Amino acid sequence: MAQTLEVCSNCENKTIKEAISKANKHDTILVKRGTYKEYNIIIDKPLTLIGEDYPIIDGENKGEIISIHADSVTVDGLHIINVGTSYTSDYAAIRVVKKKHFVIQNLKLEKLFFGIYLEKSQYGKVLNNQIMGDAVEEYNSGNGIQLWHCKNIDIDGNTVTNVRDGIYLEFSDFCTITNNVSKNNIRYGLHFMFSNDDLYKNNRFENNGAGVAVMFSKRIKMHYNIFKDNWGSASYGVLLKEINDSEIIGNTFETNTIGINIEGTNRMVYKNNDFIGNGWAIKFRGACYTNNFTHNNFMYNSFDLAYNSRLNDNKFDNNYWSSYAGYDLDKNGTGDIPYRPVKLFSYIVNRTPETIILLRSLFIDIIDFSEKVSPVFTPDNLLDNHPQMKPLSNDQN
Amino acid sequence: MLKILKYSFYDLMRSRWSYVYFFFYLLLGVVLLFLNNNLSKAVITLMNVIITLVPLIGTIFGVMYYYNSKEFSELLLAQPIKRTSIFIGQYLGVALSLSMSLILGLGLPFVFYGIFMSSAIWDFTLLLVTGTFLTLIFTALAFNIALSNENKIKGFGYAILLWLFLAVIYDGIFLMSLVFFEDYPLDKLSLIGTMFNPIDLSRILILLKLDISALLGYTGAVFKQFFGTNFGLIISITVLSLWVIIPTYFIKRKAERKDF
Amino acid sequence: MIKIKELHKKFGKNEVLKGLDLTINEGGIFAVLGPNGSGKTTLIKSILGMVIPQSGTISLNKKTIKKDWEYRKDIDYLPQIANFPNNLSVKELIKMIKDLRANNTDKDLELIELFKLGSFLDKKLGNLSGGTKQKVNLVLTFMFDSPLIILDEPTTGLDPISLIRLKDLINKEKEKGKTILLTSHIMSFVEEIADEIVFLLEGVIYFKGTTQELKTKTNQPDFEHAIASILTDSYA
Repeated sequence: MAQTLEVCSNCENKTIKEAISKANKHDTILVKRGTYKEYNIIIDKPLTLIGEDYPIIDGENKGEIISIHADSVTVDGLHIINVGTSYTSDYAAIRVVKKKHFVIQNLKLEKLFFGIYLEKSQYGKVLNNQIMGDAVEEYNSGNGIQLWHCKNIDIDGNTVTNVRDGIYLEFSDFCTITNNVSKNNIRYGLHFMFSNDDLYKNNRFENNGAGVAVMFSKRIKMHYNIFKDNWGSASYGVLLKEINDSEIIGNTFETNTIGINIEGTNRMVYKNNDFIGNGWAIKFRGACYTNNFTHNNFMYNSFDLAYNSRLNDNKFDNNYWSSYAGYDLDKNGTGDIPYRPVKLFSYIVNRTPETIILLRSLFIDIIDFSEKVSPVFTPDNLLDNHPQMKPLSNDQN
Repeated sequence: MLKILKYSFYDLMRSRWSYVYFFFYLLLGVVLLFLNNNLSKAVITLMNVIITLVPLIGTIFGVMYYYNSKEFSELLLAQPIKRTSIFIGQYLGVALSLSMSLILGLGLPFVFYGIFMSSAIWDFTLLLVTGTFLTLIFTALAFNIALSNENKIKGFGYAILLWLFLAVIYDGIFLMSLVFFEDYPLDKLSLIGTMFNPIDLSRILILLKLDISALLGYTGAVFKQFFGTNFGLIISITVLSLWVIIPTYFIKRKAERKDF
Repeated sequence: MIKIKELHKKFGKNEVLKGLDLTINEGGIFAVLGPNGSGKTTLIKSILGMVIPQSGTISLNKKTIKKDWEYRKDIDYLPQIANFPNNLSVKELIKMIKDLRANNTDKDLELIELFKLGSFLDKKLGNLSGGTKQKVNLVLTFMFDSPLIILDEPTTGLDPISLIRLKDLINKEKEKGKTILLTSHIMSFVEEIADEIVFLLEGVIYFKGTTQELKTKTNQPDFEHAIASILTDSYA
């Protein structure tokens, strides 16, 4: 029979380590309210480690705090602070190495280096944790939730703030990242590379140093996420690099310097997204083919589209463009003349960035108009033949 | 001066043109809001209108008023009234009545539409502030032109040229020089360039609100400081004020030295 | 009362006043005469401060008028061309000028009566005839009781009855001890009314004295010929 071991200052077990060493497999260790100055806690058997009223585990900046070295471990309800910072080892508040069926939930992590670090692990859940870093510089800070060579992990309902990368995935497939909030991180809100077949849904990425970076991955689904207020010269709602065969559906990109920055990305579906008040809604950086943009709303962006070549193999259809000035005489809800989303001025700004200062000047309107009438610099076939007269109601969920 | 201001204002309030101007803005506001049914879009369109049309109307109206009230001015000059009071008073009378037409004409439809409930209230307020600045600036420039040119036709010609230059040509030259010197660091230069054109300056002020996300995409440190902090707002407002004060000073100077 | 010294005024290259000296004592009617372009209006406007001379001084009651404006309280001026803001009514104009001078006179009622302007009070100035405008102009000038009155072509557009009334009015003001400075090209009017003539020629005072003195000087029997002879002499 599984039993419960209590840990507190006047219990039989004064430390968590002590309780773990005494526990049998599948026991529960209940940590009572209090402060426990421990680090390098190694859980080497299937256990449930649960905190009552958020006991504080203070690592005193000495190194890693909890390492899970067994399958089927649950860690729940702890307040972990003062993870050691090192330039040689990636110390984490909680680390899982090559294990399965773990649950890490309801933790509060503060004053950390790395937060939750999963290596070569599978079928785990990371739920409802709050990770609050105090990162200032990139080089001496770590990531909130990091996955490396993992599979089938659920990351749901976490809040990650002020770390380097909020959520970081590398070589991790079949993961679902849902309902998380990642904001005010100094680099990326979400960062993943070489990670295929993952689902990102209903997350919120806000005011991160460089937004969200998605690179070298395939078959990704990004649904109903919100990307907001990512401002700066190298800052994006989403940076797509070498992404193929993926879906970006129902997302909101609001007041980012660049909504989506696209580079070497092919066969993508962009549908029902809202691009509102961005500097550039979409910026193409070349080598992008067969991307399909339909039923999106482009509203009040300084530029809807920036394009760097005269060739175009991407399709725009049935989108709503707030700067469309056409008419709909047959009253079918679709404008009767096509819309050209690329303006001459966006080329000029691309070439001489300082000219941005002339945005919305009458002179610029005049040259944009003449380019619209007879395109010289912009791809002739880059147009939306069915611009919508009214914004589409891309209701989320 | 206040008396002159009062009479000029009163005189203008009874003139047909003030009403034309007022109803034009009223109509514009109503059309933008109730046909579009979209506040943000209306604010953007309005910005385009304000930075081109307000200067034009300010210059034309200023020149026109000066020439039309020449007899009145001469009558006043023989009265025990300070010269500068007469012209500054008239200038303020024109500028304020134009500003009032603008603020009321645009303000009323927006108030009825429910601007006070909306987050666009600040954008809208900024638009009206900018519009008022432009009215003050261009009316002052117009008075300078009119005071320096006895010939009405010449005066009108210069006024239109001034508008055309500042509204279109300046930006064309500006753009070409930026593209031409693109190998050099230009961020300081481009900011300084806008300071010499009140229309550009007002545009920047509005961009700070509407397009801040795009403006922050540029890497230059000067840009970043200008647009990323309140620095830009403060500088723009200060320089706009200078654009009001300096031409007004020249009205005073010209008025003191002119023969009638 | 008025003392002008070494007054110079150029408009562009055109030198209108070339070192003009003039003293006008208090009391009496002074007519400033001269051919077209001799600087009559420039002289008057200089006294009023509407034209700013290049050099020279003008003083009124021993105070220089340069950069001053309050001295104009003591002057009533009738401009040559009566142009008023068109969309004001006569009543409003009178009220406004009173307000601007901060002078709450009621002499205007008397003058309106004198020139029979009662029925025009509510009419817009833009709709008045030239003569009526001139009458309004006269009302505006005479309604303030200033010690110096300057009239630039006061007879323009007036009918004979009004002209007689104007003469009476000017004489009445003179009797009060005021100084009246006027220009006119109607010689009979000048001869009849002026105590002293100031004749301007090529930017300086050519003659100053009574009509009698002028006749004597030029050896001409009547005033009009006396003036003509000056002109023919100078152009000869």
